[in-house]
Amino acid sequence: MLEIKNLHVKLEEEDKIILKGVDLTIEAGTVHAIMGPNGSGKSTLSYVLSGRDGYEVTEGSATLEGAELLEMEPEERAAAGLFLAFQYPVEIPGVGNMTFLRTAVNAQRTSRGQDELSAGEFLKIVRQKAAALKIDADMLKRPVNVGFSGGEKKRNEILQMAMLEPKMCILDETDSGLDVDAMRLVAEGVNALRDAGRSFLVITHYQRLLDHIKPDVVHIMADGRILKSGGPELALEVEQNGYEAILAEHGLSGVLA
Amino acid sequence: MSTAAKPTPVEARLATLDLPRGGAFAPARAEALARLGAMGLPGRRDEYWRWTDPASLNAPAAIPAKPLEINDEAPVFDTVDRVKLVFVDGVFDAAASDAPELAGVEISRLAEAADLHWAAGLYGALETAGQKPVARPFAALNTAAATDGVLIRVTGRAARPINLIYVHNSEVSDPILHHVIKLEEGAELTLLETGPAGARFNKVMEVDVAKAARFHHIRVQGRDHERRAITHIFARVGEAALFKSFTLTANGMLTRNECVIDIVGNDAMAHVAGAALGDGATGAFLHDDTVFVTHGAERGESRQVFKKVLKHGAVGTFQGKILVKPGAQKTDGYQISQSLLLDDDSQFLAKPELEIYADDVKCSHGSTTGAIDETALFYLRSRGVPMEEAVALMVISFVADALGEIEDEGLRDEIQSRLEAWLARHRG
Repeated sequence: MLEIKNLHVKLEEEDKIILKGVDLTIEAGTVHAIMGPNGSGKSTLSYVLSGRDGYEVTEGSATLEGAELLEMEPEERAAAGLFLAFQYPVEIPGVGNMTFLRTAVNAQRTSRGQDELSAGEFLKIVRQKAAALKIDADMLKRPVNVGFSGGEKKRNEILQMAMLEPKMCILDETDSGLDVDAMRLVAEGVNALRDAGRSFLVITHYQRLLDHIKPDVVHIMADGRILKSGGPELALEVEQNGYEAILAEHGLSGVLA
Repeated sequence: MSTAAKPTPVEARLATLDLPRGGAFAPARAEALARLGAMGLPGRRDEYWRWTDPASLNAPAAIPAKPLEINDEAPVFDTVDRVKLVFVDGVFDAAASDAPELAGVEISRLAEAADLHWAAGLYGALETAGQKPVARPFAALNTAAATDGVLIRVTGRAARPINLIYVHNSEVSDPILHHVIKLEEGAELTLLETGPAGARFNKVMEVDVAKAARFHHIRVQGRDHERRAITHIFARVGEAALFKSFTLTANGMLTRNECVIDIVGNDAMAHVAGAALGDGATGAFLHDDTVFVTHGAERGESRQVFKKVLKHGAVGTFQGKILVKPGAQKTDGYQISQSLLLDDDSQFLAKPELEIYADDVKCSHGSTTGAIDETALFYLRSRGVPMEEAVALMVISFVADALGEIEDEGLRDEIQSRLEAWLARHRG
């Protein structure tokens, strides 16, 4: 599904190198988690994959089902099936959540050569998917993310994901700012979308989210590289012992200072 | 023997006009003419005209402007049940207009007003009051020279809006219209104004809103026309009355909209808002909103909400003032003027002012100028929304507060659809 090879990235405006050779292969239908200390490059990886400005790829590649992602505009990546659930979803006053969702769904359908959904069809689908995420009619009518609580914003991200039905979903610290109940709701939303044709990359600081969204593979990232990969037990190990031991194995003890 | 002196700008301007004579408004006109003579026409050196060169408005004749033929869009408010009053290049077109009949509303024409008319004491009165502390020569010129206009007295709750439709057909038309609107106690009216009116348009509207009356004004100043316009609204707002005015301006070479509001009764509310869309690629775009709100009574609420979207060398100007007179306690005044620059060529100039002589008031103002928020743009694009559509959504988001000042949802939707159509026409 997603194949990242030797990805090197620096900030466009400064000489700061953030990713120093990331290799990652995510098979269709699998859930991968990336954990790592602050500043390890996890969020940068998600932004570079989805096409945010401000980064310069100096080496390497990233392909989605064989198509080179890094050449595409953000909207083309979305149409190709990539989705990023933002750590900080953006507020857009004056644009109704429903208008936003419908514009996005229909833009993607158009770019794939499908017919746009009619207002009626769209409404039916959105209501059903919103209900599963306990998103009420009021939240759909309000401007995008304006006045939403932290939990509501994250549920809204998952609703967008459910509506857009991407192939490759990246969740950037979706658990940040969520209480236990909200996290369960979000995780249930994600789990409902799991299927053989869809993959997930879950970026998180804590093992807790991975109790709810069970990963197939866990990666530890630090200093712009993936240091270690393993099964779900790797997340438990980090939870108990911290990152220090793993970093030390790679001569990176100073990173957490 | 004397050599003829070079005429003053006022004389040169008046020489091209056929001033109306006689009738109920003759004294007000004569008085306005005298005032205009004393104040003269403005120049670039006048502080109040520093950012908007009045030369093309001062000139004896209008700069010719091509009328725009529109066949891709229905006329604005076409689906609204309204009373249409049509002016073609400033000349009333009875055949194209509806019968001026509306329960609770008395409508007559300035050009046909009887010698004894209810508007005689009002015509020019609010305009005169609005000349202090800042002179507004084009308004005085208008009072002296207006050839026509509508005089509307509202005694009840008007069931339908009145729509003044201004058609621009002649390349050299230079209409001067003057409307007087009086809402008696408890009355309510929605007034719509649409169209470019002429190559150069000078319009004054005096609105007297009596106790507990409600006046809604929604204006669309044509679209992409080459026109120039200088317009004034002078409003007097009485006790517990409501005055609301919204203007959508889509291009036009030069537009200066002045709005002078005098809150004279306690617990009154006055909101004035505007959204201006300017694409300099159409030739030029200069849009100037000049607003002066005076609080002369207690517990008044005023809002000034102005948004400008500018690109390709368009220039937007905002001069807004809130004056709180002594004794106007518990005044709640707010003013925001913002511009969204879609490229590096455009410019926004703002002069917000507060002048407060009461000690228990809440007044604030804000002014910002900036580009589209990159994070929000990325957010939209990451959902698959193409760049241009994402920009359009961000523009809609930007002007939303101004559109929010339109209370009627149907009328607001109509304005929003015009805005979206403009965005679709002016991509890139």
